Amino acid sequence: MAPRPVELSTSLIVAGVVMIPVATVLWYGGGPARLTPADWSALWFTIWQALLSAALSVTLATPIARALSRRAFLGRATLITLMGAPFILPVIVAILGLLAVFGGNGIVNRLFTPLGLPRLDIYGYHGVILAHVFFNLPLAVRMILQGWLALPAERFRLAASLGKPVWRVLEAPMLWRVLPGAFAVIFIICIGSFAVALTLGGGPKATTVELAIYQAFRFDFDLGKAATLAIVQLCLGLSAGFAALKLTHQTGFGTGLDRQVQRWDGQATHAKILDVLWILVGTLFLVTPLLAIASAGFTGLVYLPAEVWLAAIRSLSMALATTLLTIGLSWSLLHRGGEVASLLGISVSGLVLGTGMFLLFQPIVRPAAIALPVTVMINALMALPFVLRILAPAARDARQDFGHLADMLSLSGFAQFRIVYLPRLRRPLGFAAGLTAALSMGDLGVIALFSDGQNATLPLQVYRLMNSYQIETARAAALLLLMLSLGLFWLCDKGGRMRVAS
Amino acid sequence: MLHLKDAISFQGNFRMQANVEISGRVTALLGPSGVGKSTLLNMIAGFVPLSSGGITWHGRTISDLPAHRRPVAMIFQDNNLFPHLTVAANLDLAFGQEKALQDRQDQIKTVLDRVDLTGFESRKPASLSGGQQARVAIARVILQNRPLMLLDEAFAALGPALKRDMLHLVNKISTEEKMQVIMISHDPADARLIAQDAMAVLDGIANPPLPVDTLLSNPPQKLAAYLGI
Repeated sequence: MAPRPVELSTSLIVAGVVMIPVATVLWYGGGPARLTPADWSALWFTIWQALLSAALSVTLATPIARALSRRAFLGRATLITLMGAPFILPVIVAILGLLAVFGGNGIVNRLFTPLGLPRLDIYGYHGVILAHVFFNLPLAVRMILQGWLALPAERFRLAASLGKPVWRVLEAPMLWRVLPGAFAVIFIICIGSFAVALTLGGGPKATTVELAIYQAFRFDFDLGKAATLAIVQLCLGLSAGFAALKLTHQTGFGTGLDRQVQRWDGQATHAKILDVLWILVGTLFLVTPLLAIASAGFTGLVYLPAEVWLAAIRSLSMALATTLLTIGLSWSLLHRGGEVASLLGISVSGLVLGTGMFLLFQPIVRPAAIALPVTVMINALMALPFVLRILAPAARDARQDFGHLADMLSLSGFAQFRIVYLPRLRRPLGFAAGLTAALSMGDLGVIALFSDGQNATLPLQVYRLMNSYQIETARAAALLLLMLSLGLFWLCDKGGRMRVAS
Repeated sequence: MLHLKDAISFQGNFRMQANVEISGRVTALLGPSGVGKSTLLNMIAGFVPLSSGGITWHGRTISDLPAHRRPVAMIFQDNNLFPHLTVAANLDLAFGQEKALQDRQDQIKTVLDRVDLTGFESRKPASLSGGQQARVAIARVILQNRPLMLLDEAFAALGPALKRDMLHLVNKISTEEKMQVIMISHDPADARLIAQDAMAVLDGIANPPLPVDTLLSNPPQKLAAYLGI
């Protein structure tokens, strides 16, 4: 679509909302000379843990994706859908789940310590990496699986009839195209990791730049230092972001992954056993922490204190506001320039933006007073690139399929929106809205900077309970958070699928 | 009568040029794939801009009008109907806003009778066969009431017998409504069936129309090679 004035001005607003806080950060931040050795080690840790997390996720995801692409079994479609879940899973819920499995008194330790194996300690850099792999392995599986399923069935037939190895003629070239993008996306996600580092990391060996920003705020109240660190994070995020933009061609959130291609290779028994093992391991790794949190939190649900319920209501209304804002913005940004403007938002981490806004507003109002609107705005910015990626192809298809017809029938303005786009985009719209609502519901980022305890969101409330060792209540609140996030996603997504013409 | 006066359009590196008058009631465009037949129709319909030259319809310049203001109704190869709208709603899009509802409903009913789809108003396109979908598209062309009908391989996906039926229907409508038709086809038999004139489109150049038999009995070498004659 050609950029129209309203789209351009929305682009400018989005860019401005990102650039003004960034400029503020730059102005406050001073030069790199102010970086202490601790800051440098935070930078170093951020980079290597992200590299390692991305490498592990992509390496482990490849055989799982291959197994899923070529095996038919009961529950396959459900499993693939489930692989999309970690993306909308509140980080704090997953952390509690991982703690229940890999933590000090977790399932793994209870199973293996009696056998004389060393105790597993989840706190520290390996915990951070474990959590990152937990979140990103399924994402990688979906992205790589999409690559596999994009190979036309005819090619497999051709390879089979020529007796050529599928791996060499089809799969290796496909992976060569798909893997760098998957790696880059996961790398960028791990670069900006805050909540995982906040809960599992910390200390000189496992502090990310984002966590260092938070600590500069909360513990030292050194705004200058926070700003300097924000500049570091900004450079890191932007360079990783542009690298990812170059390397990615697809997102992995696409639908239609439940298709299965008829295959002629991999029929040997050992190949089948290997595939089954990979699927089993992947499923266990993904599902066990979630089941653990579900079972551990269930009994506590009825005893949840009032402040948890209040936080839940607060989070729900914020999720609603974020979704409306994001979808509204995305409608006028559905062109190339809009995507770039929105990518600005994700390359600049939430904490950097939060720092900028804190510095901007701090002389005028009490930061806690604007914690909720600022969080809504930043969450909308963070969700925007995903939403655009989901909507843009559908909008392009609608334009391609029906653009000439609409022009000929002189459908324009609202009629065009109502007749051509809205019905064609209902499914992706519902999906995008669900994604945004769930992401916003589970976000534990900027709110941690701004909140003063009176206006905690549900994820923050869970974190506080966890930090004050009320682990039972924390688990129950986490289960509530999980149900609300998934429920929101399910509702929106369902809404988009109802009564849709093929 | 349609007149393309040194009309030139660029699609990337591809250059399409036409300096022809098209006046036959039904004119077929013949030529191999990728020589610019679709581009030519899109130039006439207003979907691709001209970089120079002009197009007139009975002496009136139309090349500066947007697609929906041109005297043109077009049937595409696919996606002629919005899949989420009923047959009636799809047909209703042919009208401007000014017509009264009752009037529109009556016209839709009449036009569906004319294309042998009586009572199909509330059906969705997915529940129609390919031939029925084509009939709905033709019905909409009738309702659009434009003097020039363009067919961009409109019936290519249909079987031979069904395609012949559709061409006969187009021919009938064209006679009754006094519409001029320009159609792209891969099959010279289509041209023989309903067209008076045929144009060879070769390497980005539209050659002037000739009577169908004249062109097909003595085709330019490249067209002969394509047609296998």
